[in-house]
Amino acid sequence: MSVDAATVRRIAHLARIAVADDEIEHLRGELNAMLAFVEQLSEVDVEGVEPMTSVTPMQMKKRVDAITDGDNVDAILQNAPVTQDGYFLVPKVVE
Amino acid sequence: MSGLTSLTLAQARKALANKDFTAVELTDAHLAAMEKARALNAYVLETPDRAKAMARASDARIAAGKAGPLEGIPLGIKDLFCTEGVRTTACSHILGNFVPPYESTVTAHLWRDGAVMLGKLNNDEFAMGSSNETSCFGPVVNPWRRHRTRACPSSVLQDSGSRVNPASEGSNVGASAMGGIEGAHLVPGGSSGGSAAAVAARLCLGATATDTGGSIRQPAAFTGTVGVKPTYGRCSRWGIVAFASSLDQAGPIARTVRDGAMLLRSMAGHDPKDTTSADRAVPDYEQAIGRSIKGMTIGIPKEYRLDGMPQEIEALWEKGKDWLKSAGARLVDISLPHTKYALPAYYIVAPAEASSNLARYDGVRYGLREDGRDIIDMYERTRAEGFGDEVRRRVMIGTYVLSAGYYDAYYLRAQKVRTLIKRDFETCFADGIDAVLTPATPSAAFGIGEKGGADPVEMYLNDIFTVTVNMAGLPAIAVPAGLDSQHLPLGLQVIGRPFDEETLFALGAVIEQAAGHFHPERWW
Repeated sequence: MSVDAATVRRIAHLARIAVADDEIEHLRGELNAMLAFVEQLSEVDVEGVEPMTSVTPMQMKKRVDAITDGDNVDAILQNAPVTQDGYFLVPKVVE
Repeated sequence: MSGLTSLTLAQARKALANKDFTAVELTDAHLAAMEKARALNAYVLETPDRAKAMARASDARIAAGKAGPLEGIPLGIKDLFCTEGVRTTACSHILGNFVPPYESTVTAHLWRDGAVMLGKLNNDEFAMGSSNETSCFGPVVNPWRRHRTRACPSSVLQDSGSRVNPASEGSNVGASAMGGIEGAHLVPGGSSGGSAAAVAARLCLGATATDTGGSIRQPAAFTGTVGVKPTYGRCSRWGIVAFASSLDQAGPIARTVRDGAMLLRSMAGHDPKDTTSADRAVPDYEQAIGRSIKGMTIGIPKEYRLDGMPQEIEALWEKGKDWLKSAGARLVDISLPHTKYALPAYYIVAPAEASSNLARYDGVRYGLREDGRDIIDMYERTRAEGFGDEVRRRVMIGTYVLSAGYYDAYYLRAQKVRTLIKRDFETCFADGIDAVLTPATPSAAFGIGEKGGADPVEMYLNDIFTVTVNMAGLPAIAVPAGLDSQHLPLGLQVIGRPFDEETLFALGAVIEQAAGHFHPERWW
């Protein structure tokens, strides 16, 4: 399988990465090189094979459903680019 | 005090306990060496004040008879490990000046045991790369340089009639020029290139590293150092910047097998904060050094003999077999039939997981933010500005293979192939194979700018011998085993059963004993 320019634009938008028009062709070539490389997997017989979900057989551990953390507003916000009144600030989302 | 930087970690620990010198003196010697080696670009942040304070505290604990197992030992930390109050960037613009308010579990274990942090080490951006060239801080220079001479006196391969393989000659053949980083220098491998270069150049006694597809073992092989990739779950991933969570595993890079064993013992251990962390006791790995390997069965996988593989790599492998055989191991030819599919399956699984993990870099909670006309535009501009080319490529391919209509054809199939890769190893282990011996890399270190320019896959092929191990969650060690005809180090890899790192240390020590140690000449 290979991707066309429209697909490259769609993937970029899904990945939330702005891509300039003059980069599309170059990216298309690179993505197609990767897709061509992984294409050989189609020759493997995977009939009846379970997909791997955990590389080491282990039971997922669960912690007690209790409040174990909190009251760290300053630590949580200290690296944020823009904050206001103890909140992260983002561009207006709801009209 | 340059003599202090050439000690092994084990020697330094003994000398500190004997009070031959202080932890402060040992740390100062390393800080001075780092200052002189800035041309290598191994450290992206030096933390001398913190190092000195930690060393002073170590001296106080040594004086009080309360020394930990790594008391006063100066280490470098890959910039993928979050360090409380110390900038952590994963060598990406998008993390900017991120200063974590918490400490990764692995580094916390090291400080608990008395180790001293010298600074943060360079790596490929988000650990995506095999040459350390994708770092936003620029490439790391390998302390090793190509020699023009065809054979060198100390080369273990000399007697096997090695010849220069044209494929291994690049634009930097015979590089000897001093000066700038670009052009005349070799890569240290990646992604843990800073860790490997710093250990080889004696800018720390050991370093932390991480391995998702070969990122500990390949740079170790390129720099003549020992790299240990433990079993998945052996070290906690908590506080390590995530790349591909089902493959990522922390481990040490060190100058000797014993030093690697000492570091892993401290780094490993159960952590309730990582649900994939293994709840098992950590053995004293050092005890495995010197253990007899008599009667062990070592598998030699025929699929690792590649067409066009340099003859020197083949010769190195033969040497390794001879050494293990002489030490009493039995060699058995084995087959791991799905080996060739490991790398393509990896380039679906790893980017898919990366595209999910890296979704958190959105310009809201930390790091870079580029303003936009609305929130989507802000995300898109921030991520376009913040991610380098390799990261962008992998996030996009990962997004594609997970997208509607393609999930089954790519991602699900790759996860099935992963099951088959793991099954190959399980079958061999069930047949009585104790460990598997392979070359660590298909070539020695190459020049900066030499690979992957036109086709990203060219760079990916570096991990062809290492990536199977991550896909199967197994432990493996890379041990320096010789020099090629250009005087560059080459490594062997030993792959073990899950949680049997001890056998790897025992076998690694046998290889090390036979091969000797390899250190670059200081030119920087």
